[in-house]
Amino acid sequence: MTHLLDIRKLCIDFQSASGLFRAVDSIDMHCDSGEILAIVGESGSGKSVAMLAMMGLLPWNAKISAERMLFDGHDLLGLNKRERRRIIGKDIGMIFQEPMSSLNPCFTVGFQIGESLRLHLGLKGARKRERSIALLRQVGIPAPETRLSAFPHQLSGGMCQRVMIAMVLASNPKLLIADEPTTALDVTIQAQILELLLSLQREKDMALILITHDMGVVAETAERVQVQYAGQKVEEQNVRSLFSAPRHPYTAALLASLPERARTRGKLPSIVGVVPGQFDRPPACLFAPRCAQAKSVCNENVRQQGAAHGHALCNFPLEYTK
Amino acid sequence: MQLPARVYEVKELVVSNQPIISAVDLKRYYSVSKGLLRKAGVVKALDGVSFELAAGKTLAVVGESGCGKSTLARLVAMIEHASAGELLLDGKSVYSNKSASNKIGGNKIKLNSRETRQAVQVVFQDPYASLNPRHKIGTILEEPLALNSKMSAEQRRSRAESMMQRVGLRPEHYERYPHMFSGGQRQRIAIARAMILNPRVLVLDEPVSALDLSIQAQVLNLLAELQREFGLAYIFISHDLSVVRHIADYVMVMYLGKVVEAASVKVLFSEPRHPYTVALLSATPTTDSRVRKKRLTLKGELPSPLDPPDGCAFNPRCPNASKECRKEQPALKQAEDNSRQLACFHPMATQ
Repeated sequence: MTHLLDIRKLCIDFQSASGLFRAVDSIDMHCDSGEILAIVGESGSGKSVAMLAMMGLLPWNAKISAERMLFDGHDLLGLNKRERRRIIGKDIGMIFQEPMSSLNPCFTVGFQIGESLRLHLGLKGARKRERSIALLRQVGIPAPETRLSAFPHQLSGGMCQRVMIAMVLASNPKLLIADEPTTALDVTIQAQILELLLSLQREKDMALILITHDMGVVAETAERVQVQYAGQKVEEQNVRSLFSAPRHPYTAALLASLPERARTRGKLPSIVGVVPGQFDRPPACLFAPRCAQAKSVCNENVRQQGAAHGHALCNFPLEYTK
Repeated sequence: MQLPARVYEVKELVVSNQPIISAVDLKRYYSVSKGLLRKAGVVKALDGVSFELAAGKTLAVVGESGCGKSTLARLVAMIEHASAGELLLDGKSVYSNKSASNKIGGNKIKLNSRETRQAVQVVFQDPYASLNPRHKIGTILEEPLALNSKMSAEQRRSRAESMMQRVGLRPEHYERYPHMFSGGQRQRIAIARAMILNPRVLVLDEPVSALDLSIQAQVLNLLAELQREFGLAYIFISHDLSVVRHIADYVMVMYLGKVVEAASVKVLFSEPRHPYTVALLSATPTTDSRVRKKRLTLKGELPSPLDPPDGCAFNPRCPNASKECRKEQPALKQAEDNSRQLACFHPMATQ
């Protein structure tokens, strides 16, 4: 079976003044039509960078290498710029964290949606306008006819995010990447936007990759979850078993430190130390210095477990007795 | 100035059980100047908020952006004057002159209020912005002492070092600059700076919102330890309800400058009555599939504070709104069962 998106051993290094910095470390990832994949991790875990690399949005000092990077049968690494543009933005859409800053403040909402329609679908004039209005209506913007001539600063954060979604939907993408789409929004607006994304995903049978750090959002929206730590994928499970039986000690510790999971009002279980940086990268398991279960062997090598243990990148995955 | 012994002070406060800090009908209005195309207006950022807070307790203020929670924080921290109302520290007003009308910037904070100001300190949301990048950690921590006490340089240094140790920083950090620290460590520095003058009230304006999950737990634990140890009163501003539920004793829910519901944390989370509180709680995503309920999704967004709707500010988004709600503003009243304060004509039924 071929996946819609199939990435194997993706590595991304940044050339910095102090040497190479590995932001993404041999990550495997796949996603199918109609599926919702969530990527969770703390800041610096490489979750956004991996997706930006796929979109070709990384700066020149990033070195991307992968064994395989296939989307819908196309090899994304082998494409030239012109061919890539035909796929990126059309078949793969992306929305970002800050809706206010991802829209161009100099142009009206209608112009920005129309641009996408003109470039990808070749629509013009009245048909373009008609389709723009239909898209705005689809994402739940009241009075879409008048909103076409509004500038981004005249809209609230939630409305801007709806406009972003409308722009992405304009070309009927097969894959939608949402990079922290609700982090900058209030909870009641977050609920509206998530509901909208999910209903559109179901309606159009899109693949949705949701990048987030909010465990609650993951639990309520995703089907499959992959957990990243310091640029590596440390665990992958379906959402229910991830929350009931996390296999990697990092995932388990992260879930335990959620205030809502604390049994009593006392001390929250926390993870000691901080994420390793460029110069204190451990030799084998990257989580070993912070791990409660680490043994000396964890500093020599680390083994990838099978599906039964959530693909955990850990020598001693957590066991559960049923 | 000799800094008083901590232990003695805490004991006395616990015995007295009086509120350390209280606000009575606190208001803050801002005037919006006339532009080319719009007329002058008044934004009622904070429109009559009252509370009392005793030592060792935490009052959480929750609400969406624009509800006035940060304005409240700035007023309590005495960064801004109030338009009207009263802020009392140990029963004494912090304002020198009061205006009868709701004039903007009406109530001035007393000029010789050093001791008052020392008693209330702030920790801000973004530790990347709240620490001066050109100052070493030592300088940052000692500045309040240099300004407010007659301590010698050596005394200041030893006090700064003991405070650094208390919040979990190492002595060698004294000579470093803020950019050399991670977000969690920076927030520890900000907490140490707030604690260095032995305050009795800490205003925490979203102190963990900018931090990663694993670091968030560390900082919350530190705050809980400090509160126990020093008998601090916390005013905890947050939009993250799971954090509030963990740390707070009382919760105030605000909407467009007004308190809509206030209760103990247990009551508010187990049986919310105001439709906005219910919506806020049900909109918060949870990892626990057992408690996941049918969601009450609100339509629309926060109205413009320049042009609030008539009657109850929440009526355009409220599922229970009636004619009455569109005409008249419900006052914040003690509920019949005395469990809470509530400002609503048609509260949700208790389950």
